[in-house]
Amino acid sequence: MDYILAALVGLFIAVGTYLLLSRSVIRMLVGLTIFGNGVLLVIFTAGRLTREVAPIVPDGLEVPAGPIANPVPQALILTAIVIGFSMFAFLLVLAFRAYQSLDADNTDTMRLAEPDNAPNPPLSY
Amino acid sequence: MATSAPATDLSQAMLETVTPAADWVIVLPIALALMGAAGLMMFRRSNGIPLIGAVIVVLGIIACEIVLLSEIVANGPVSMTMGRWLPPFGISLTADIFGASFALAAAVVTLIILLYAEMDRADADGRDAFHPMVLLLLAGVTGAFLTGDLFNLYVWFEVMLIASFGLIVQGSRPLQLDGAVKYGFLNFLATTFFLLALGLLYGLLGTLNMSDIMRVAPAANPAAMAGVAALLLLAFGMKAAAFPVNAWLPASYHTPPAAISALFAGLLTKVGAYAMLRALVAVLPASREMLEPALALIAIGTLLIAPLGAIAETNLRRAVGFVVIGGIGAILAGLAMPSLNGVAGAGLYIFHAILTMTALYMVAGLVEKTTGVTDTRKMGGLYAANAPVSILFLVLVLAAAGVPPFLGFWPKLLLLEAGLAEGVTGTAPTWTGWALVLALMINAVLTLIAGTRLWAHIFWRSGPEGNGSEHGAVTLTPFGRRGQLALGATGLLVAGIVVAGLWPGPLLENIAVGAGDILDPARYVEATGLAGVNP
Repeated sequence: MDYILAALVGLFIAVGTYLLLSRSVIRMLVGLTIFGNGVLLVIFTAGRLTREVAPIVPDGLEVPAGPIANPVPQALILTAIVIGFSMFAFLLVLAFRAYQSLDADNTDTMRLAEPDNAPNPPLSY
Repeated sequence: MATSAPATDLSQAMLETVTPAADWVIVLPIALALMGAAGLMMFRRSNGIPLIGAVIVVLGIIACEIVLLSEIVANGPVSMTMGRWLPPFGISLTADIFGASFALAAAVVTLIILLYAEMDRADADGRDAFHPMVLLLLAGVTGAFLTGDLFNLYVWFEVMLIASFGLIVQGSRPLQLDGAVKYGFLNFLATTFFLLALGLLYGLLGTLNMSDIMRVAPAANPAAMAGVAALLLLAFGMKAAAFPVNAWLPASYHTPPAAISALFAGLLTKVGAYAMLRALVAVLPASREMLEPALALIAIGTLLIAPLGAIAETNLRRAVGFVVIGGIGAILAGLAMPSLNGVAGAGLYIFHAILTMTALYMVAGLVEKTTGVTDTRKMGGLYAANAPVSILFLVLVLAAAGVPPFLGFWPKLLLLEAGLAEGVTGTAPTWTGWALVLALMINAVLTLIAGTRLWAHIFWRSGPEGNGSEHGAVTLTPFGRRGQLALGATGLLVAGIVVAGLWPGPLLENIAVGAGDILDPARYVEATGLAGVNP
């Protein structure tokens, strides 16, 4: 199972990287999300995959009765999903606004902040 | 093991006593900033209340941090655990001299910026939620400086990031949207790399508490740990805008209003640099040792490339952005030579950069405000028209380049001493030492050239380009009441920088103690309550 998940992580990261290298903002955004999900799978796999019961302590006990699944990666992934989703939502709106006001989805044509042939400063004083 | 309830001894894993009131001072700055941000959202439509409320909240934060810092100076690092779980299970906030002093500098800078920002704001601007977002940014920065848990650090990074997203698009001019796209994508990618490193670290060590990592990291596979450390270096390097992953900073920092640029320059990259210092020097020293040549090369590259970029720029705030990157190079130089002097130099440089780089952007904003252009070729002759601004600019250029007696000189001196000890006079001289000393020297000269050229073009020559020697060819907008307030705030910050540079004694002593805590984390680990677990 670990090997299957590791291969899946590799696939996610590869696809995400490939899409991030494109010039279209929307493709980059999709790539970033896939990349992020690959990272979440890394955390999930790093927490050791076991076939155990959910990490719940029964009533009247202070510690779980038997072996349980590792709750920490689940908490980490939940946190990261929430954060990642908010970032994704913001970047999606930003991409849309940029498309509206710059009329560009292609990063090569977004050259307002860094003009293409910027002039040199004067050599004299 | 199932046991009946009363027989279980919980004191090993749970807090049994109420936390004393004095310990709350470490979490109060963060809580105040978050609650202030939430509270001020309710007053978005009123004039004046957001500003006054934000100033009061930041003053409260500064008061808390002064108490915290004096407590740390007196009794060593302070730690407080959230919830009832003890570390390494519970999340602990742990502050030593470095973290607390940077948090204090960040809060002071935020207070100055709140006053300065009035320059670009009209009375009806309250609806853009500027003040809540500044407080949210401060919450993220303070949390990152005070946390003792790596995953918690990631969360604070993201709080900082979402607040800075909101600030960078304030006004929604096409130029800003362009800058924000680059800023947003690359910074989100950087935090994703950080998360990847955390996942691998958790898989290797099974813990994310910094004190606990110090305990278990030496036993882990060194090759795998070096890979994790390299990922952390990449992630924090992107956040800190180190060469070669610095392209997003000059692309985006000049696009928002001047106050927001200044806030970013002072806080965001420094948090990246501090995280690198904490993670590589304090938490994973053995892995940092393996990465030392790479660190040294990155530092040298950053030190040399950045001021060259500043010399070649005609846009004022973009040129200042390159000066900010140059400062990051000096911090990295300290990380590549982790002697007591090197770490103290890096720490003091972060402290100096938080203040100086913010002030540089503030003065640049004043210049742009009064001339109405952003291109240095269209400026000139400001010295005759506005002497105070020109003096402030020159002082900051000298401070950024590290000319005595200004604040920037002392960290540079510590770094040069560390480099000479490492590369020339030490027992086993290495190339990193003398190469970094050379790079620091060349960086100082190039920064001086860049800064003084900017000063000459903006203030000294008689008029804009192509104007010969006619006086008064540049039309100046006089500062209004808000502009005078901004000028006063800038003057206050620069005065603080000058005073700190003239009396560096207390700073140097305390930073040396803080550097000792970074290099020998015994006191830090003891504060978190994990000393008994440590071998």
